[in-house]
Amino acid sequence: MISDAAFWSLTAALAVGTFLIRFSFLGIFGRRTLPPWALLHLKYVGVAVFPALVAPLVLWPEATGGTPDPARLIAALAALVAGLRISVVAAILAGMGTLYLIEAAARLL
Amino acid sequence: MTEAQAFRKGALDCAPFILIVVPFSLLFGVVARDAGLDLLQAMAMSVLVIAGASQFTALALLEDHAPVFVALLAALAVNLRMAMYSAALVPYLGHARLGVRALMAYLMVDQAFAVAVRTYEAHPAMTPAARVAYYFGCMVLICPFWYGGTLTGALVGQAIPAEFSLDFAVPVCFIALTAPLIRSLPHAVAALVSALAALALAWLPWSLGLPVAALVAMITGAQTERLLQRRGRA
Repeated sequence: MISDAAFWSLTAALAVGTFLIRFSFLGIFGRRTLPPWALLHLKYVGVAVFPALVAPLVLWPEATGGTPDPARLIAALAALVAGLRISVVAAILAGMGTLYLIEAAARLL
Repeated sequence: MTEAQAFRKGALDCAPFILIVVPFSLLFGVVARDAGLDLLQAMAMSVLVIAGASQFTALALLEDHAPVFVALLAALAVNLRMAMYSAALVPYLGHARLGVRALMAYLMVDQAFAVAVRTYEAHPAMTPAARVAYYFGCMVLICPFWYGGTLTGALVGQAIPAEFSLDFAVPVCFIALTAPLIRSLPHAVAALVSALAALALAWLPWSLGLPVAALVAMITGAQTERLLQRRGRA
């Protein structure tokens, strides 16, 4: 359960911070450019943050009390392959679809 | 191109993104309710922040009992890329009035940004006013669908039974967001380091494993790119 205080303080700060990032050059810095080292590192923010967030959620899911679940591992792999080969929407469909298939099969057996 | 034409062209060019925005926003609404947020909270986040990936990030970390500052740090890091977008738009839109630029900043999203810059480059003859109209045309379809999707997801979310394993929608969503970012060897190396470092550092208090792993992975990606460039030149 997320407390109201935590939610609203986070949302307010995230809203302001995100706006300032978007407004940075358009509104504040104008035509000044970012230094090359900053641009180089910014390119890797996405691939640096998302896998770090997702790996523990996949390996130690809360739904199973933190023990690795083969169905979720296979589903995550399916989502990754579909995302790399096809598209964003295909990745979501492949990930959830695989999990449902395995869980349905497990119920039948 | 008149302003009205540019606006319509922008809306038309960005219309396909509705197919991405709708499932993502629906999912956010559903996941937000699943995490215990009420309707107002789910909507407030989508309207005030209007940046899906960071909203999922913040939500996942809060649900995992991370401290607010760690969740904020991670969510803001996810949004840092938009500083690049902001810089890239200045030559095309920097002439607009401050209030208009503020509205543009609020509405800045990945796909529409990419389409807008591509169009500005391909049509150097576009007037400054037409460029502004085109930009708002790009966002006019995406923004309402983002709000509407969140609202719909939040409204129907509670009717979805637990057998649907919606907890897993969050990691799947992040995998879907990450896959198209892996465009080169340095990106792949950074992604791998990020995942392994996060698992290895999971014991750190206050969920600090995430920012530390992200920082290590970012530096690894940048250094790998430098190394490959030097090798290429040698």
